[in-house]
Amino acid sequence: MVLQAIAFYLLAATTVAAGLAVISARNPVHSVLFLISAFFAAAGLFVLMGAEFLAMILVIVYVGAVAVLFLFVVMMLDVDFAALRAGFARYLPIGGLVAGVLTVEMIIVAAGVAGRGAAAGVGEPMAAAPGLTNAEAIGAVLYTQYIYLFEAAGMVLLVAMIGAIVLTLKHRVGIRRQSVAAQIARTRADGLRVVTIKSGEGVEL
Amino acid sequence: MTITLAHYLTVAAILFTIGVLGIFVNRKNVIVILMSIELILLAVNINLVAFSVFLRDITGQVFALLVLTVAAAEAAVGLAILVTFFRNRGDIAVDDASVMKG
Repeated sequence: MVLQAIAFYLLAATTVAAGLAVISARNPVHSVLFLISAFFAAAGLFVLMGAEFLAMILVIVYVGAVAVLFLFVVMMLDVDFAALRAGFARYLPIGGLVAGVLTVEMIIVAAGVAGRGAAAGVGEPMAAAPGLTNAEAIGAVLYTQYIYLFEAAGMVLLVAMIGAIVLTLKHRVGIRRQSVAAQIARTRADGLRVVTIKSGEGVEL
Repeated sequence: MTITLAHYLTVAAILFTIGVLGIFVNRKNVIVILMSIELILLAVNINLVAFSVFLRDITGQVFALLVLTVAAAEAAVGLAILVTFFRNRGDIAVDDASVMKG
């Protein structure tokens, strides 16, 4: 139990500290790296709660795909990030005040919610149900009861993929491209001309 | 020393607020704003998973999976818009984004 508490406080502190570093780092590349660290610590929290499947998905999807995508874009854009930080110090006091109030309110509500209603009296997080791993438990409902939501999620990803491609696709002018259709549709008349040449004269092409 | 539901909810609440604060203080930097949104969605996921495991209802984890999907899609499209915006303007300051209105 004590070990669990130590792990929780360590992971929670890492998550929060990395989150703070994300929004306060001067260099956006550092921000992305801190974001990765926050995701890793959150995945650790998920494991601690017994949601191993989501923890692994978090590492694969966020660290492996989203964060790397961020890293690519940050490194690709040639932007003066120092100029973009203007106003950071100006907004910090009022923003910090609002954030502090918001945090206190949310913690009070969380503590209230955790002690009453359906959540009253639940002490331990769900250990793996007997004979059923976390991934099996999710799969048992995801592919049956929530199959339409699952399909909809796939559709969302498809639309996002097409949208991202359409947004970033650039048609450059002045570049020669192969047109297979034009090549196939080419006939003898397009490419061949029979010229009768009088002897002793040149040919005008 | 037991870690209860309230502990996880507190972490999620703090992370959520950090995300909101990040949007607030980095108003010009779209990249950091997108990362702040990712932090907010991560906080939501922690909430969903915490309620799921403490209330012994697997549905919360299924929902967290769907939130994860939408977050990934949002990041992809957001970054694509950012790249297009940078190509057109040569800068990513959000203040200039109002020129996009028709």
